[in-house]
Amino acid sequence: MKRRISLRTKSSLTGFLFTLPALLGTAAFFVVPFGITLSLSVRESMGSEKFVGLKNYRDVLNSAAFRLAAKNTFKFFGVALPCILILSLLIALLLFRNLKKYDIFCTFFVFPLVLPVSSVVLFFQIVFSDLGVLNGILERLGLHAADWTGEQAFWVLLILYLWKNTGYNVVLFLAALNSVPKELYEAASLDGAGWWKKLTRITLPMIAPHTRFILVISIVNLFKSFREAYILFGDHPDQSIYMIQHFMNNNFANLNYIRLSVGAALVFLVIFALVGLLLGLREDEGNAASLKMKPCTASCAARNFTKGKKQAADGLESAAAKGRGMK
Amino acid sequence: MKTKKKTGDIVTLIVLILLSVVVILPVLFMVTHSFMSDHELNASYGKILTSSKNDEDDAPIEIDAHLIPQEPSLKGYWDVFLATPDYLGKFWLSLGLCAAITAGQTLLACLGGYGFAKFKYPGKNLLFALMVLLMMLPLQVTLVPNYIVLDKLGMIGSYSAIILPGICSAFGVFLLTQTFRSIPDSVLEAARLDGANQFKTLLLVVIPQAKAGIASLVILNFIDTWNMVEQPLVFLKDRLKYPLSIFLSQIKNADLSRAFVCGILAMLPVLLLFLHFKDALMTGIENSALK
Repeated sequence: MKRRISLRTKSSLTGFLFTLPALLGTAAFFVVPFGITLSLSVRESMGSEKFVGLKNYRDVLNSAAFRLAAKNTFKFFGVALPCILILSLLIALLLFRNLKKYDIFCTFFVFPLVLPVSSVVLFFQIVFSDLGVLNGILERLGLHAADWTGEQAFWVLLILYLWKNTGYNVVLFLAALNSVPKELYEAASLDGAGWWKKLTRITLPMIAPHTRFILVISIVNLFKSFREAYILFGDHPDQSIYMIQHFMNNNFANLNYIRLSVGAALVFLVIFALVGLLLGLREDEGNAASLKMKPCTASCAARNFTKGKKQAADGLESAAAKGRGMK
Repeated sequence: MKTKKKTGDIVTLIVLILLSVVVILPVLFMVTHSFMSDHELNASYGKILTSSKNDEDDAPIEIDAHLIPQEPSLKGYWDVFLATPDYLGKFWLSLGLCAAITAGQTLLACLGGYGFAKFKYPGKNLLFALMVLLMMLPLQVTLVPNYIVLDKLGMIGSYSAIILPGICSAFGVFLLTQTFRSIPDSVLEAARLDGANQFKTLLLVVIPQAKAGIASLVILNFIDTWNMVEQPLVFLKDRLKYPLSIFLSQIKNADLSRAFVCGILAMLPVLLLFLHFKDALMTGIENSALK
């Protein structure tokens, strides 16, 4: 008995030692300094020990630069997230019609992800400049040319975000679609359900947990659009795309640590809340899933479509089992 | 019924082809333009790309965008690859940074992933959750803490300021934990019964089984490092030290053929990696999903 316990402790210790380098690394570069960042954000100034409470937060929240940056960032979130989710789901559904045959397209869609924006920046300059290709086409169509590098830069950034990140989401959606048991569709077809019914009654509910994660990834990737914004428009872009990243970057340039710390803490709070909300929901449903969600998706479908066809019911049984495994 | 499906297939194919063309167009454009002569590029795009420095020049107001070179030339390639060492120097610098970060990160991730996936110890799940949270944080949050540490260590302005935080990023540990979890315990048990110690088990049993997962980490990490913008911008104060990923946008496009060929230079390594490890990349993306 004694020996068994000591073996177990030994194994625990080995496991801990294996993770130790990674833990030390994250502690040194992220966790501990993040603590310092938080403590800086409530100081009067860099050298002083004086605690000023939330005064710095109030200052930053009231500053015009931060407000503009926050407003633009949320606006970008609001427009870009629905766009990318719908676009990538549509493309995934198209590809899913015949995955083997359309494999090559999947490759094309993922490619921009690996491409450095700086390597194609000339192309985008030529397309979006005042005298560029896009305005040329617009004028030929009898439409007004627009200022794509100025007040319309928002849309350019959106296009770049979609261009770069849609492929990632398509791959994730394809994996999600693949996890939906085929029997469900067969059962639905037997009952004469059209593609719309199959989409809304089977596909969407079944891939909901995946979709939530894809949303999280899309949010994470949104923050990377700063690269595109910086490379295309420099550190002082048009007001319409001055984002939270520009705010941070410019404060780095001025070495304003206090404002930087406050900014980092605020972004952290928002991310933490968003991701926590999305993944927390998942947890709740995950717990309820074995009781509630499974009968709801799988057997609702069963009731609607199969009406006692034994073969289909067997299919649903295994579908439910898979659905549970998926969590 | 059958014809309906057929029309659907044709429409799908057309839509997919159109979308692919739009997606690939920037790359195609860069490749064909890298073979154009300075004269042709200047005549076509001088107005846009070289700003209005020389207004007295007879550059036309209209730009003339076309894909096929009319005056094919290899001068850009000659300039970038053979005549001046600057560009290739940047290229090797970027490659070196990527290699250092990817190697360190993979080593750390193999150890950490093994520990997290195959052992139990008190507080492990909490620590892993912390890793996941860190992985999701955007650079805008982590740059500030990083800067504080690097400043204390006196590393700001040197390349170690980019390499060290890159190695310690939580992403690799997360990805390999996901991968190692799928290796059955019985395999490890067998190795242990054969008298292999933990390091041997990791090296000779776990890692060979997880080759695909590790390859996907390597390629994802390499790409991310190759394309980095924020870290060098903040940690390297000296513009001359910038790696290729930022350096390109700083070249003022006086010499257009050179600028286009530099674009090709920047996409070359990731293009080769992508074509070679496409499947590993797809697996990596799928594994990065929380399950």
